[in-house]
Amino acid sequence: MKFTKQFIAILVLFTLSFAGCKPKDADLQTTVQEKINDMSDASGVTVAVNDGVATLSGEVQDAATKDAAGKVAEDVSGIKSVVNNTTVAAPMAPVTITNDDALIQGVTDATKDYPGVAAVVNNGEITLTGTIERSKLPNLMQSLNSLNPKKITNNLTIK
Amino acid sequence: MALQDKYKKLVDTASTSGISDLQVREENNVLYIRGTAQDGSTKDKLWDIYNQIDPDFRSGDVVMDIDVAASGGAKLKVTTETSNLNIRKGPGTDQPIVGKAAHNEIITLISKSNDQWWLVKTDAGEEGYAYAQYLSPQ
Repeated sequence: MKFTKQFIAILVLFTLSFAGCKPKDADLQTTVQEKINDMSDASGVTVAVNDGVATLSGEVQDAATKDAAGKVAEDVSGIKSVVNNTTVAAPMAPVTITNDDALIQGVTDATKDYPGVAAVVNNGEITLTGTIERSKLPNLMQSLNSLNPKKITNNLTIK
Repeated sequence: MALQDKYKKLVDTASTSGISDLQVREENNVLYIRGTAQDGSTKDKLWDIYNQIDPDFRSGDVVMDIDVAASGGAKLKVTTETSNLNIRKGPGTDQPIVGKAAHNEIITLISKSNDQWWLVKTDAGEEGYAYAQYLSPQ
């Protein structure tokens, strides 16, 4: 009987300690996640806490944000260590702009059917002058936009 | 990100209209929107919204290149205003005319050699390059 009682006591203790540990991880996870959500640029980071070890995952824009998120997690009391698995997004390539020679050719083709329209290309920018009917303007603009210029300045007089 | 606020309705509509390879980028005070729409009506809708936000496209702060998905074999309607559409030997208005497609005629896409000039074939067998602005995938 004594042995059984001891066994039950151990079992109860074990269960209590186990139950005492789990909510702590959940609380820590909530705390760390809230602190990371407070950062301006770490919205893609998610936190998991297991036995006091915080694991960060998701994607951030740069290495500084990754390090900052790791530091925020480390500074939460109760966190023993941080596994920072966040990845840094590849930098976005600049917008590709068609070179002037190809643009001039494209603009010539696009404006051919609009005799009142004159177009000048300079350093990727198309400037339109002359006159056009309002109903024809969207079609012309669609053609010119599809050439991928840097900018289109519309100084057309609309009839 | 000021332009993304000004054109929020346009950007939101583009991102919920099934545009593939959608890119929205703000650079040097110009908002660049690129992608491929599944049909012509989606493209038209986006251009209508753009025209509402910036009437007559006066601000010069958007470059929107929305292509319409179409692959070889697709049927194209000739959507000139009234006239015939020239079919040319090569991609460019300086190329000789090798055929014509009538207004509203249905022709077949062979390939998109570039965004502006598509290689097409008429039912009469005329083959060459036509200006994409006057072709609507069916």
